Amino acid sequence: MPDSIVELQNVTKVYTLGSNEIYALNGVSLSIKKGDFVTIMGPSGSGKSTLLNMVGCLDLPGEGIVRINGTDVSTLSDDELTTLRRDNIGFIFQQFNLIQTLTAIENVEMPMIFNRMDADARRKKALSLFKQSNLEVEYADHRPNELSGGQQQRVAIARALANDPPIILADEPTGNLDTKTGESIMALLGDLNSKGTTVIVVTHDPRLAEYSNTAIRLQDGEIYHGSGEKNQ
Amino acid sequence: MDLVKRISSNMYVELAKRNLKRHAFRTILAAIGIIIGVIAISSMGILGNSLKLSVSGSLGDVGNEIVLYPAYGETVITEKQVDDLSKVGDIEYIIPLLSSAARAEYKDEETFTNVYGIERDDLYPLVELEDGHFLRSGSKDCVVGASLADDLDLELGSRLTVQDSQLRVVGILKESGFGFAIDPDRATFITPEAYEKLFDDEEDGYNTVIVKVKDLDDVETVAESIEERLNKKEETVTVLVTGTILESIDEIFNSISLFLMGIGSISLLVAGVSILNVMLMSTMERTKEIGIMKAVGASRNEILKMFMLEALFLGIAASLIGGVLSFGGGFLVNILILDDASYLFAPSSILYIVAGVMFGIITSLAGGMYPAWKASNMRPLDALRYE
Repeated sequence: MPDSIVELQNVTKVYTLGSNEIYALNGVSLSIKKGDFVTIMGPSGSGKSTLLNMVGCLDLPGEGIVRINGTDVSTLSDDELTTLRRDNIGFIFQQFNLIQTLTAIENVEMPMIFNRMDADARRKKALSLFKQSNLEVEYADHRPNELSGGQQQRVAIARALANDPPIILADEPTGNLDTKTGESIMALLGDLNSKGTTVIVVTHDPRLAEYSNTAIRLQDGEIYHGSGEKNQ
Repeated sequence: MDLVKRISSNMYVELAKRNLKRHAFRTILAAIGIIIGVIAISSMGILGNSLKLSVSGSLGDVGNEIVLYPAYGETVITEKQVDDLSKVGDIEYIIPLLSSAARAEYKDEETFTNVYGIERDDLYPLVELEDGHFLRSGSKDCVVGASLADDLDLELGSRLTVQDSQLRVVGILKESGFGFAIDPDRATFITPEAYEKLFDDEEDGYNTVIVKVKDLDDVETVAESIEERLNKKEETVTVLVTGTILESIDEIFNSISLFLMGIGSISLLVAGVSILNVMLMSTMERTKEIGIMKAVGASRNEILKMFMLEALFLGIAASLIGGVLSFGGGFLVNILILDDASYLFAPSSILYIVAGVMFGIITSLAGGMYPAWKASNMRPLDALRYE
């Protein structure tokens, strides 16, 4: 499947808690095509965060294969995984996860620093990402704790877009926001998707599924109903 | 200038500065540790160096001579041995000396002097005249050292009483400082004939022989040849090379400096441990931050660089402050122990401050190494989950 940007084959992840083995993921296979908008839903403990971490190369599968852009991640070293993340994946977290010592615009510039972009180019890019994420430029030099939750999440989105990744991963992006702000954030993600970015959102809010063209439901570490593959 | 601008606008540099400021009080405490360590090392080094300079300052221009004494069990160096000596090559002068300590009186003053019996021609290579002229052979003339002349208010023509005999002062020497073979400042030089009359119960032979070599580079080889020739069967003379005595004094004081610096470095070691502690706390606190950075594309090297930069900045700032304060510390120990701070600004003292500053920076880097390594090896997922 050359057109799938994310591909999981029979992925299993087992955590040991004391003497109990917990299957966070149990033989999950799925394929996400370039340009998809996928929501992954399920109750707490269903394995959706584990799945997202697999796709984000933050975690490696116990068994099975994860391919990002055609690359089998289990063959990569720690630094190679970092490079893969830097070039392919933009992260959006529930808690925004901005660096408190850096200003808003520096947070957006950070991934470009790791990508060795020169200072002028990255400042220019960061400012255009600010606009794209509907942020006022006057907030550029504010520290994260001086911004509202919605503003912080917009900074986080701008940061996620810094290196033009083909994939955006969002873990409960609206979880810490009020409904109205949440809707505007989802609209922003929908907007990105319409420009060709693959967006994968983990949530337990069924309303968010409206924005996606594919919904994956997880239960007890297995796909319960609907998947990218079956929808084809 | 461009480089300075680039460094100061570098995000890693900026981040390191901000993180150090974030816990300003903790940073200052860690810095104080390094500052104290650098002061301790530098001022101890300065003390050792000042000790050395003050001792070698009181030694005269020792030069590089070979001095022969009778070996243990022998009383004199015989005429025959001096003859044998002249067969050794590369020697410029052989100066045999008779010597005794004696009481010297002039008018109402009296003191002790070392009386040397020496040929007139042998005096030239050995000492320098301040006033008057050298001995005439067979006379009852004497040439006296500067300190002796000073103590007894001797002038040219004064009649000095030594061993109940009167000697006429015909020459006064320049001040030369303490020497190994002879002590010219307190000496009374007379002819060997006059010496025989003053100390008539002496055995036949010399107390000391000074050998000057043609080329100073050969002094060791000449000393070996002398040993071979005179001490072939048994040890009859003791051969000393004055330059090596100076070298061993130098070595002793270098060891003292090193020992004192070793004591100082204990405090730097403690400072290093406190840096390790502070940085380790900082990495724990910033675990989540490290996770975020790794998630958005920071490699292990980049995380390592961030933390090492913090340690480096802390080390440089604290060590430089310590270096400046070391002048105060060095001044204090020199005044307290030596009563003299004049060696504080000697180039070799400054060198110890530079060494102290270098050690301070190295210690900070060493203390920062483990926390930085630990931070860089955190797994991004674990780090992100850390609350």
